[in-house]
Amino acid sequence: MLRRRLNRLCGGDEKRVDSRTIYVGHRPCPDTEAFIPSKFCDNRIVSSKYTVWNFLPKNLFEQFRRIANFYFLIIFLVQVIVDTPTSPVTSGLPLFFVITVTAIKQGYEDWLRHKADNEVNKYPVTVLEDGRSVKKESEKIKVGDVVEVVEDETFPCDLILLQSSREDGTCFVTTASLDGESNHKTHYTVPDTEKDLQALPATIECEQPQPDLYKFVGRMHIYKPEQEPAVRSLGPENLLLKGATLKNTKKISGVTVYTGMETKMALNYQGKSQKRSAVEKSINAFLLVYLCILISKAVVCTTLKYVWQSKEGQDEPWYNQKNQKEKDTNMYLKMFTDFLSFMVLFNFIIPVSMYVTVEMQKFLGSFFITWDKDFFDPEIQEGALVNTSDLNEELGQVEYVFTDKTGTLTQNNMEFIECCIDGFQYKHRDTRSELDGFTVTDGPVNKLQQKAGQEKEELFLRALCLCHTVQVKEAGSEEVLTDQVDGIDGMQPQPEEERGFIASSPDEIALVRGAMEYGFTFLGLESKSMKIKNRENNIEEYKLLHVLNFDPVRRRMSVIVQTKSGETLLFCKGADSSIFPRVKPEEVDRIRMHVERNATEGYRTLCVAYKQLSAEEYAVADTGLREARLALQDREQKLMAMYNQVETGMSLIGATAVEDRLQEEAAETMEALQGAGMKVWVLTGDKMETAKSTCYACRLFQRGTELLELTVRTLEDGRLKREEKLLELLRDYHRRAVQDAPPVKAGVTRSWSTANQDYGFIIDGATLSLVMNPSREADASQYRSLFLQICQNCTAVLCCRMAPLQKAQIVKMVKNSKGSPITLSIGDGANDVSMILEAHVGIGIKGKEGRQAVRNSDYAIPTFNLCFILPQFLYQFFCGYSQQPLYDAAYLTMYNICFTSMPILAYSLLEQHISMEILLDNAALYREIANNAMLRWRPFLYWTVLGIFQGLLFFFGVRFLFSNPALQDNGQVFGNWSYGTIVFTVLVFTVTLKLALDTRHWTWINHFVIWGSLAFYVFFSFFWGGIIWPFLKQQRLYFVFANMLSSVSAWLVIIILILLSLLPEILLVVLRKPRGPHSRQKKPSQSNVGGSQSSQSSARPLLMRTFSDESNSVI
Amino acid sequence: MMASSYSAKEEDGHHSGPAGLGGAAIRTRKPDNTAFKQQRLPAWQPILTAGTVLPAFFIIGLIFIPIGIGLYVTSNNIKEFEIDYTGTDMSSPCFNCSQSFSWNSTTPCKCVLFFSLDQPFESNVFMYYGLSNFYQNHRRYVKSRDDSQLNGDQRSLKEPSKECEPYRTNENKPIAPCGAIANSMFNDTLDLFYIDPNGTKTQILLIKKGIAWWTDKHVKFRNPGGSNPNLTAAFIETAKPVNWHKPVYELDIDSENNGFINEDFIVWMRTAALPTFRKLYRIIQKKNNMTPTLPRGSYSLEVTYNYPVRSFEGRKRMILSTISWMGGKNPFLGIAYITVGSICFFLGVVLLFIHHKYGNRNNSSDVPS
Repeated sequence: MLRRRLNRLCGGDEKRVDSRTIYVGHRPCPDTEAFIPSKFCDNRIVSSKYTVWNFLPKNLFEQFRRIANFYFLIIFLVQVIVDTPTSPVTSGLPLFFVITVTAIKQGYEDWLRHKADNEVNKYPVTVLEDGRSVKKESEKIKVGDVVEVVEDETFPCDLILLQSSREDGTCFVTTASLDGESNHKTHYTVPDTEKDLQALPATIECEQPQPDLYKFVGRMHIYKPEQEPAVRSLGPENLLLKGATLKNTKKISGVTVYTGMETKMALNYQGKSQKRSAVEKSINAFLLVYLCILISKAVVCTTLKYVWQSKEGQDEPWYNQKNQKEKDTNMYLKMFTDFLSFMVLFNFIIPVSMYVTVEMQKFLGSFFITWDKDFFDPEIQEGALVNTSDLNEELGQVEYVFTDKTGTLTQNNMEFIECCIDGFQYKHRDTRSELDGFTVTDGPVNKLQQKAGQEKEELFLRALCLCHTVQVKEAGSEEVLTDQVDGIDGMQPQPEEERGFIASSPDEIALVRGAMEYGFTFLGLESKSMKIKNRENNIEEYKLLHVLNFDPVRRRMSVIVQTKSGETLLFCKGADSSIFPRVKPEEVDRIRMHVERNATEGYRTLCVAYKQLSAEEYAVADTGLREARLALQDREQKLMAMYNQVETGMSLIGATAVEDRLQEEAAETMEALQGAGMKVWVLTGDKMETAKSTCYACRLFQRGTELLELTVRTLEDGRLKREEKLLELLRDYHRRAVQDAPPVKAGVTRSWSTANQDYGFIIDGATLSLVMNPSREADASQYRSLFLQICQNCTAVLCCRMAPLQKAQIVKMVKNSKGSPITLSIGDGANDVSMILEAHVGIGIKGKEGRQAVRNSDYAIPTFNLCFILPQFLYQFFCGYSQQPLYDAAYLTMYNICFTSMPILAYSLLEQHISMEILLDNAALYREIANNAMLRWRPFLYWTVLGIFQGLLFFFGVRFLFSNPALQDNGQVFGNWSYGTIVFTVLVFTVTLKLALDTRHWTWINHFVIWGSLAFYVFFSFFWGGIIWPFLKQQRLYFVFANMLSSVSAWLVIIILILLSLLPEILLVVLRKPRGPHSRQKKPSQSNVGGSQSSQSSARPLLMRTFSDESNSVI
Repeated sequence: MMASSYSAKEEDGHHSGPAGLGGAAIRTRKPDNTAFKQQRLPAWQPILTAGTVLPAFFIIGLIFIPIGIGLYVTSNNIKEFEIDYTGTDMSSPCFNCSQSFSWNSTTPCKCVLFFSLDQPFESNVFMYYGLSNFYQNHRRYVKSRDDSQLNGDQRSLKEPSKECEPYRTNENKPIAPCGAIANSMFNDTLDLFYIDPNGTKTQILLIKKGIAWWTDKHVKFRNPGGSNPNLTAAFIETAKPVNWHKPVYELDIDSENNGFINEDFIVWMRTAALPTFRKLYRIIQKKNNMTPTLPRGSYSLEVTYNYPVRSFEGRKRMILSTISWMGGKNPFLGIAYITVGSICFFLGVVLLFIHHKYGNRNNSSDVPS
């Protein structure tokens, strides 16, 4: 839908050209063909579905696309056109009610989306126009505008960076809301652009919008008077994406290249597919079954009618002549209208209010999610937000959970945990505990027992302070701590020492911060000299000579600094595996133990080493490094060789442990999810190592989990081409994970205990794209099925380095796999949006809502009114197949709207089959439900059979009573409306009491609604029968109900029929009991007694902040 | 019965949010900690078990069986006599009337049926006429009436509802009462005579009031012109239903029982539920405690045969019945109650057996939650 709109907005002619030309500042440029301002779409983001104008037609259209609504529309039209037994009001009123309620609900939801859109679209931005800066609304930005963005603002559209307030022509950007990476990325201005942007004569040629966030190709032509136009190539490093935020840079200016729905963010935000819940789909299936029943009933009745009429004197006895019109009607037309009339008569078998009940349930159910205190995050002062209530019931049936890592599993907030200096462990205690007054034996370093030598300690801390690429955020006091989400540091007693740090990786910050806690503060880097403040509050200055950058192959980085005293020092930090071989072995042993222990605890460990360089050594290194840097060929290799040469013979000083703090209770949640039989996939844009360690930390991978890796690294093989190797690996893994696995049905009965070998699967983006789109199309399906089978047999799957669309691709693949499992995606950034949209359920919650939501589907069945309509059908055999309704029109109309829908609604909202404490404690219970989604054929069949039984009972019970219609003690007789009213009374009471039998969780609301609806029925009947209604043509029910109640026989028959029709249900409940909730309640309580405390840990939502859905993540 | 409940939990929220941040700009959106919103409403959780249901089954059985027996006995004590006077049989006294029926005949055809009652009818006796294969519940028939006309509405009197077609107008005059139901009103006259053992015929007094619902007679059906006793004037400019012999204002001489509020008419207008039905015709009131209302002996039924049923193979019956508190004679309820009571009792026994044999295990491991 969105794409269509996009095409419309942007004009079809653009499709043909594969590049676009942008005139910077809309200035015509010399030497180019005439300036043609091409049409690009405006900078409006539209996530809403409707406008004020198209709401009514469009919403109606969408509503009538539902089978049931359409069906009722048809019935209504038939009633209007053809002479039918019931007036159009009987189906028109409920339909109107249903449509109105749904429209109000959807309108409200869309209004919320509009609000969110407006917030984005009306955001004020500064645009440079004719030498002045003009404030404009974001949506007015046109391609070619030069836009100014100041610090901490998000970019309103995709910009090419032209100018930055920083001297070096760079700016820092965080793309947290795009791909979830919250570190600062450096972007560069286009080299050699004029300082005066107002008069920059330039054009930009770039590719048409495409969704890949990391790809951009373009050229900029800068026209200078009397010179050949200079051409600069543009890459992703020049492009600032809409949705990203400017950091640590006062101001930038850039020229707009993509706007609105053409921005990379919007393109990654896939079209809003109509999410239809699986429950609705199965309801539709049942609907069809009932439609068939309905049609066959109508056919049977029509046939019998004509058979019956063919007998002499039956069709038109003297007492019941046809009118002229009926006599004139063609026989076949008459048959057809008879058929339609029967359809109308029986149409209530499909309850018009079914959708309304389900709809209302979902709508109100979502309020419970919003209201849930447990979803409330005290820090951001927000509870859960539900953006679409259509899918609540799916929450209970999720089989696959796709989660983003950064910000979802982890808080993206690294914390220094402990270090080890020279083999002695220093544990940094949480400052909170100090505040709480606990006595701490080993407090922060300055109060530490002096285990290691003072000198070593300080050397280590200096190393931490120097060996990094962190920048200090120059900022006023209120801007401090922008990189901090958590409030721990805020509680520190000396806020003036607080500093904001900016680094490309959050663990560098954590290390610097850690050093700060121990008394060494990094003050900043000014003109190649690093300043640190040591414990004695003296400023030490170091001259930064070289930075040996981090790269994932070396997995370490180094700096070479010169102290004031002239010593040249090299500090190196890196992964243990890359440091240990380069230091003296005897030092390793002392530290290795600590490192390994920390690693198994899920911390990210780094080792720190140093070496003193003599003047000669440094001279060699210096020249070597400089040469390598300037090399034109094989620069990378040369640099690498040089680095390796320098980083040798170091001595190890210590190791650090940093924790990427998981969200609170993430690990417990993951365990609970797995316990509940759901498969958890982590889809992240992060590096594999990071992601892997997180997976370990949140116990997604257990220690015994065998990892199957399918990454670029494992594919590097000298002998084979990548794809061949891929196939080989796939086959290998498939053999291990699928074929060798014990022959259990995946997922259902699988035990997640340690007895089974668990497999974890790791794949990265590049490999995934190979799997998804191999060079030979023929292999695609083979690769995919292998891949999918492997994945399905793994307890956890980790996909790293994913682009947003790839995330969606994966979700889609799983969704479409066999058995079409229900998928759920969790994410917090715009990078997750497409994945969220792709999955059945866009968000995650756990616990009672999910549990309860499942039941909703269940409620849909009883509302199929077989027992309501069957007596009506049977009555046709006794009234000459004349379509005479058994019940009065008022009852027909009210049946679904009032008498029965409210109790079902209350029941579905409030029912808690299993108390939530138990549910939270025992995630495995969830599995029962998830796989046994209630809306399946067996209960459906059960309900149908029960409905038939009850229908027969109601009708014939009253039929035998009426064999002598003198039912009153004054000898007076009852007529046909009394007959119908008795049946209807039995029906209403039975249906309501049956629900009461099913209700296990009686709150006052249930009491109120169930007894209230019965009382309402009685009241309504009295009221309806108590007045001669002036607008009614016939006073059919006048005092029928009251007269009925005055008859003892009627009472007796009502009581016995209700009892008899509830008997099977009661019997079933009683006989089923031993395996029912009774024992279910037992199980968890036993496990509470015997089980460990950790198993009790409630899987409270870690997803508090992830409650973003479509509309607000577009922002 | 295991009923557990928990009360609303009082948990204090984390009110210690970062109060200093932004000050008033942040509106607390913390959800209310009410029992309703947190789905922690106190709840009663009844659990149906075999143990709970068992006594209920026995109680139901023990209550229903006596009720059923009572009903059955009551129904059996009701005296009922039924005689078919359709006259399809050659031997039937009404054969001639039924054969020679013509709509235009001015002289009413009369026939007399003799019957005897073996047992005396003690209390009030209710006289019904019964029709078979008469589809009063046919849709075309049921809707063919105008209730506002019958309610005395002047406009509907002049302009009857279209539903009355084809019995809406006759010779350009509106029919009152219009519609097929009214048109086909039962118009046989039934008279009952007691024949003494010595041969004298005494007519039995048949009361024609109190046979219709009170509300119908006093509210739903009203003559046009309100309390104006001159019905002839009120029904001027209207035509009588085509099949009627006399207009509606001549149904009875008693002004309280004439016009639309004629009880025979009202009874007929309450359409029957099934094609075989009976309608209350007359009441024979008990004279005193000494003599039965209808003693044993011979009776004669004199029928003024106006109502043709042969064309649709219908039957006509005359029914004499006493009435109990449960209405007319109908063994169904008694049998049903006895059956259901027995079933419940039987199920109770079966469940008790099951409960004892298999239930112990479940019960012993009940864990209070």
